[in-house]
Amino acid sequence: MKTAIIDYGSGNLHSAAKAFERALRDNEIDGKIVVTDNPQTVTQCDHIVLPGVGAFADCRKGLDNVDGMMEALEEVVISRARPFLGICVGTQLMATRGLEKSVTQGFNWIGGEVREIEPDDDNLKIPQIGWNTINVINKHELLKDIQTGPDGRHAYFVHSYHLVADNRNHIIAECDYGGAVTAIVGRDNMIGTQFHPEKSQKLGLALIANFLRWNP
Amino acid sequence: MSLKARIIPCLDVKDGRVVKGVSFVDLIDAGDPVEAAIAYDSAGADELCFLDITASSDNRGIIFDVVSQTAEHCFMPLTVGGGVRELVDIRNLLNAGADKVAINTTAVKNPDFVAQAADKFGNQCIVISIDAKRVSNQNQGNRWEIFTHGGRQSTGIDAIEFAQLVVEKGAGEIMLTSMDQDGQKSGYDLALTRSIADAVQVPVIASGGVGTLDHLVEGIRDGHANAVLAASIFHFGTYTIYEAKHYMNNNGIAMRLD
Repeated sequence: MKTAIIDYGSGNLHSAAKAFERALRDNEIDGKIVVTDNPQTVTQCDHIVLPGVGAFADCRKGLDNVDGMMEALEEVVISRARPFLGICVGTQLMATRGLEKSVTQGFNWIGGEVREIEPDDDNLKIPQIGWNTINVINKHELLKDIQTGPDGRHAYFVHSYHLVADNRNHIIAECDYGGAVTAIVGRDNMIGTQFHPEKSQKLGLALIANFLRWNP
Repeated sequence: MSLKARIIPCLDVKDGRVVKGVSFVDLIDAGDPVEAAIAYDSAGADELCFLDITASSDNRGIIFDVVSQTAEHCFMPLTVGGGVRELVDIRNLLNAGADKVAINTTAVKNPDFVAQAADKFGNQCIVISIDAKRVSNQNQGNRWEIFTHGGRQSTGIDAIEFAQLVVEKGAGEIMLTSMDQDGQKSGYDLALTRSIADAVQVPVIASGGVGTLDHLVEGIRDGHANAVLAASIFHFGTYTIYEAKHYMNNNGIAMRLD
């Protein structure tokens, strides 16, 4: 089993790769993690991870600058329906469009827009930085055996924008930050977390292990 | 709101070694920052901060190895500061495994650098580290100014105005150290912390002066900070991260205890 972590000049690929390798090891899953900017390699992998740190428009541009990568993603995720995990801006790119700084087209895999979070409490700071619990909206295999809800485990968020999905069925989990903020979206063979599983200690490593075992 | 307050142990690293050492657990090598990071990770720290105080530019690259090795073992957020002068420094730290980069002197000298950094890497990873010192007399209104070079060099820049300026330029977080309180163990400068936290929309990390667990509580409750940074009380085992988190939680501050 080969997992591709896509390198398009954005994000902390080293940490992500190390967390995925650790999850393989700890759970005795037979597999390999490949950090790659080669579209051909991506199409040969069984699981696909799209990380992303920074602004929506910059990340989109970075991805478009890798010749053939968008086509490879469409092929492997849409046509071949292989398991896909977005992380942070990698998740936001799954939306129809992003509204950060400018209006930028996303993949339109999850209908909806990426908008600035607007807490209903003026004392809450933007960005949301830190550890928050998540509330499950639609059950999902990636949250198997992970304690969620107000007394559950915490995930590490660092963001000012989130994906507001058109279809409530595509929201897997939310967190509360002066109102509901999208934490996980997904449908079919694709899922994306707004938080950083590679930095979320126990919850993060468990979710990554569930992804590596996922066979949608 | 269920976002938790954060406790951030901070390690001063010079030429790849922890300065003053860490004596809180059975470390084989108390001067090894990676070993200290691993210990703090398993102790439940919410974030870790490395401050690179390497003086010679020849040894500046060593911190990248330290960060990279830490990222291999620790799956927690890592902020790294010290000596960030150019965009490539930020890129290298992020690539090595840092999640956020703290910028101090360069932001004071050139606030537009903050805008360039935020545009390139996103506001969320740009932390501006502010060293402030009280310059007003006791019978005057409060005034703090930015100091550089470890608090020795005055700049004449008002700390609150500077905080607002860097946030406008794109800073995602402020790490605020009181140079008056640093090392005193008598608590944060709460008036300073609150003045800045209330003046900006981004999270503020309180730093400088922690001696007791009550000081941590005060930093959040009275200083309106979102995170509390401390060094010696944790490094020398006065308190564990576990004790600190439970104490804060029992005193009305929601903490992550898992």
